[in-house]
Order: sequence, then C-alpha cells, then structure tokens
Amino acid sequence: MSGPDVVWYLCVAAFLFCTGALGVLIRRSPLIVLLSLEIMLNGANLALIAFARQSGRQDGQIFALAVMAVAASEVVVGLGLIVAMARRRLDLDVDKLRTLRG
Amino acid sequence: MILAAFSAGNVLVWIVWVVAAFACLGSGIAVVSFSNPFYSALSLIGNLASLAVLYLLLSAEFVAAAQVLVYAGAVMVMFLFVIAYLGGRADAPWAGGPSWQALGAVGASAALLVEVIVVIGLKTSGRLSHSEQIDGFYGRPYEIGRLFLTDHLLAFEITSIVLLIAAVGGVILGSHSRESSVEQ
Repeated sequence: MSGPDVVWYLCVAAFLFCTGALGVLIRRSPLIVLLSLEIMLNGANLALIAFARQSGRQDGQIFALAVMAVAASEVVVGLGLIVAMARRRLDLDVDKLRTLRG
Repeated sequence: MILAAFSAGNVLVWIVWVVAAFACLGSGIAVVSFSNPFYSALSLIGNLASLAVLYLLLSAEFVAAAQVLVYAGAVMVMFLFVIAYLGGRADAPWAGGPSWQALGAVGASAALLVEVIVVIGLKTSGRLSHSEQIDGFYGRPYEIGRLFLTDHLLAFEITSIVLLIAAVGGVILGSHSRESSVEQ
C-alpha cells in the first residue's frame, strides 16, 4: 500500500474518538453531545475501514456501513427527543435533566 | 523512471493524507469547542468530508460515497434544520459549572488517547506495517452488495429493522410532543 501505514490511520481514529469523548463529557447542550457522538462513531468507522484495508477483506466496510445506519437512527431518535424537550419548554441542558419524568 | 513515478505518487498520497488528517482533527476539535451549535454542525460537515477523503485513500469508494450522501446529505441537513428551529442558543464550553469536572473530562479523554496510542505502539507496530494486496474490485459497490446479500444477510436485515424502528420512534416522539403542546 503506497502512502501511510494503517498505524497512522489508527492514530487519527483514536484522536477522533477521544475528541468526541471529550465533547460528550464537557458540553451541556444535547445538540453538541449528539454531534460529538457522531465524531466518536466516525473514529470507530475509520479504524474499521483501516483494518479492512490492512487485511484485504471487505467485511470491515460492511460493519462500517451498519454503523452508519445505526448512527442515522440514533440521530433521528436523539433529535426527536431534543425537539420534544424544546416543545415542553425544558432547558436544553443535560445537567438539568436529573429525572426521567421530565 | 517507474521508480521515480511511484515515489512521486507516494509523496502525493502522503500529502493528501496529511491534509485530510489534519482537517479531520482540526474540525473535530472545532466541533467540540465552538459555542454556537450552528458552527459546530458546519465543522462536523468538514470533518465528515475529510473522513471521506481518508476512506478513499483506503480504497473504500462505496463507503466514502455513502458517507457523503448519508451524513453530509441527510443527517447534517436534519441537524441544521433542528438547530435553526431551536434558535441555536450559544453554550460556552468552558463557562460555568465546577471546573474540576471539565478538568476531569480533559484528563479522562487524554488518558484514553494515551492508552490507545500506547497499545497500538506496543502490540501492533510490527504486524500492521504490511498490508495485503488488493485487486481492482476491492471496495466497489458490486462487491459490497454481494457481501451484504450473501455473507452478511443477517446484518442487512437487522439494519433495516433498526431503521424502521427509528422511523417509528421519530414519528411517535413528534406526535406526542404536539399533543402535549396542545394540552398546554
């Protein structure tokens, strides 16, 4: 394979995952928590595709496509919850949602 | 001559990789650190586009196209609609709240990063430098579709069920919130 080794792609994937984890931990707006979750899923996807290229098989790409479908479903449900929260005039702050009773 | 052309191509691949990787990391940090959710969503679009370039370098053409279509085309448009609907309230990432929580979060994610890098360096550096040879069919839509409908048929069907459940859940969440706002 010309160009960088799989190890470099794995380092980028690890950095992306940790950036997303940092965003999930420090941000309080649920919208940005969802965006950071997308970054974490994309870091995992990059690692899957890098390993698929390294082993010369395509099963990792299949797994990455399934992860993308799960991410799309998660965004649908998460954005639905956020819009429902906003319509109930709740504060969009994950620290203030202490109970599930709303 | 051939060797010179190969090394020139190699250098080009490295340049494209470095640009895409740094755009990816920079836009990821921008998503986390922008206070306006609208700017965060726009940076995530840049992040997804540079990830698609990395997928192309890994000869995953179909996944790169699906990434651009599904994420940048559908998911991010939905995100931007919701942010526009909610008004895009600013939320400063470092303001308010006890600062030891933010420090603990930074420490936890830095520890996670160091752990992963150390494990990659210790366990896999020798074995991962060699990649298998691939032919021209690798990553093409034909091969992906064949694998989806033969070896990974169960994953394909479960994915369709997950998408159906998400669609039903989105409709239920939307209709419930409409009823409750009418009651109020």
